[in-house]
Parts: sequence; C-alpha cells; structure tokens
Amino acid sequence: MAKKRKVPGLNTSSTADISFILLIFFLITTSMDTDRGLARQLPPPPEENAEVKDIIVKERNILNVRMNSAGNLMLENMDGQRFIKLDELREIVKEFIENPNNSDNMPELHEENIPYFGKVMITKNHVISVQNDRGTPYKVYFSVQHELVAAYNDLREAVSKKQFGKPYASLTEDQQKAVRDYYPQKISEAEPKNYGGKK
Amino acid sequence: MGKFNGGEKKGMPELNTSSLPDLIFSILFFFMMVTSMREVSLKVQFKVPQGQTAVLEKLEKKSLVSFVYIGAPTKEFQAKMGTESRIQLNDKFAEPDEVQDYIQQERMNMSEADQPFMKVSLKADENTQMGIITDVKQALRKAYALKINYSARGGE
Repeated sequence: MAKKRKVPGLNTSSTADISFILLIFFLITTSMDTDRGLARQLPPPPEENAEVKDIIVKERNILNVRMNSAGNLMLENMDGQRFIKLDELREIVKEFIENPNNSDNMPELHEENIPYFGKVMITKNHVISVQNDRGTPYKVYFSVQHELVAAYNDLREAVSKKQFGKPYASLTEDQQKAVRDYYPQKISEAEPKNYGGKK
Repeated sequence: MGKFNGGEKKGMPELNTSSLPDLIFSILFFFMMVTSMREVSLKVQFKVPQGQTAVLEKLEKKSLVSFVYIGAPTKEFQAKMGTESRIQLNDKFAEPDEVQDYIQQERMNMSEADQPFMKVSLKADENTQMGIITDVKQALRKAYALKINYSARGGE
C-alpha cells in the first residue's frame, strides 16, 4: 500500500524548452545598446522681467561660429569673416583657446593660480559663440558642437599628459578639476535668430 | 573495485539534463537585469548623427533619462502626418510647446533625490532642420531641464 501512494515524479524535460522560449522573448524585446551622446549644458532661461544686460566682451576674446541654412560655416573674429570647412574648425579653435604666440587677435592671456600648475597664463575670458539658422541641418550643428568639445578634450588631454604624465581620464578628481580650470569650456549659444531667410 | 568495472552497459551514459532548466533560467534572469525593456514604440524614424567614440559620453542610469525623439514619421503615419520632422514624446506625436509639460511630468515621476540629476536625451535625425530642435531646446530651458545629451553613433 505504501508503495502505491508514492507521487510519480513530474516530467520536467520540457522546462528547458520553456525557459529557452522565455529567454529568446526577452532577448528580442529588450535592448542592450549603450546610448552614447554628446553631453551639453543649456543655459537657464532668461528671466522675464530682468533688464537685458549686454555683457561686454572684448572683441579679441570672441570667436563666432555661424552656420547658415545650407550648412556652411562662417568664422568671425577680429580679423573679419571667412568661410571654413568643418575639418579645419578643430585646429582653429584649439589655437584660439590656447593662443600660444600671445598674438593680438587671439584672446588675452591672464595670469592665474591653479593648483598643481602654479602660476600660468591662460585665456580664461575667451568665448566661442555658436549661432545657427532655423534651417541649418542638425547634422552640421551637431558636428560643430562635436568639434568644439573635441578641441577642448584634445587640449585637456595634452596638458594632463604634459603635467601629470597620465591621460585625463585616469587623473584624480582634484587634478581633473585643475585641468578643467586650465582650459575652461566657454561655449555660448546665441539666442535663436533667423539668418539668411526673409526678414 | 567492483564498483568501477562491475557495470554491464557499454554504451554512452546519458547526460544528466535535470539542471538545464536552472541554467537557462539564470541566463534569463541575467538578461532581464542587464537589459531594459523598450518602453516606447517609435513613431518617428531617425538616424542619429555620427561622432567620435572618444568624444561622446556614455548615457548611464537610464532611469534618470527622458527621451525626446525627433524625426520624420514612419511609413504608416506619413499619410496622416506628412514627412516633415515631428517630435515624439512617450507614445505620441507632440508639438514643441508640449515638451515643457512632458518634462514636468517626467520629473514628477522621479524620486526627489534624483530630480537634480535629470537628463534629457535628444534623439534627432541628422537631416532635421535646426528650427524644431531650437524650439525643443528653448522649451527644455524653460522647464529647467538643462542637462541634455545629443544622442549619436560612435565611430573612429
């Protein structure tokens, strides 16, 4: 009698198949792709009632990058305006930020005291101003932003290799901050305007 | 000794598969944890612009990120919506002035501690005109969602 009451074992040979189906279902419906992107910070909105104060920046400190609706780039600084190609932008911007020869048409150099570096001459007041048209293709706008960020990254990388002998990513937090102070990111975006269209 | 050579069967011993389900289940759980469910069905099609992988940053902590999709409507919606670039928020098409409400709503859904770290990822088609993106950016500024991320493909 005792033998007969024994519960027969459940046949589990198909459990593997069932879980396989579940696994495949999850593989299809989920995405594992890591999103990458260009991180930017927007300025806070202009206050409604505040007086519009023009911040006066010395002409030599400004580099204007303009894009028209055809996706052409125009560079404007003290020397005047000229059209450039996208792949020239990074080197021009790097030279502008650095001002290696202390030239008069590049941002003025200020003496600054930065931890780890001591007293250095940097162009802390430079501004890169980006302006685009409503018709500018996003691709062009993105590439310009990308080149600007890349220019800063290149410079920071170079100075951190020179000063610490290590790439920027492997520096300590304080050291990274010092490097960021050395090359502060000053990208300004103009309030939207309509260029090249009908006024 | 008889233990070892006492057996009479000569064929291959059968593999014990009783732990196979457990094995597969653990793979399943692994995938459930590392991946995230696709939350929205896309109604716009876009090809994000390309940048250099070294310059781009990884978008971490998906729970802090809200997405704004911009691109031409997919085939099935083109008859109704045309082929001009449109904004998609959550599951529906939206106008630029709806962005601000959307951001507020997304912010409300977050825990208070996470709110300052909110990020907005713009997934826009590379051929979109800047007009619509500028509108979105202005709306994001008004909503104080200032950390944004232009989604991009990596490359050399």
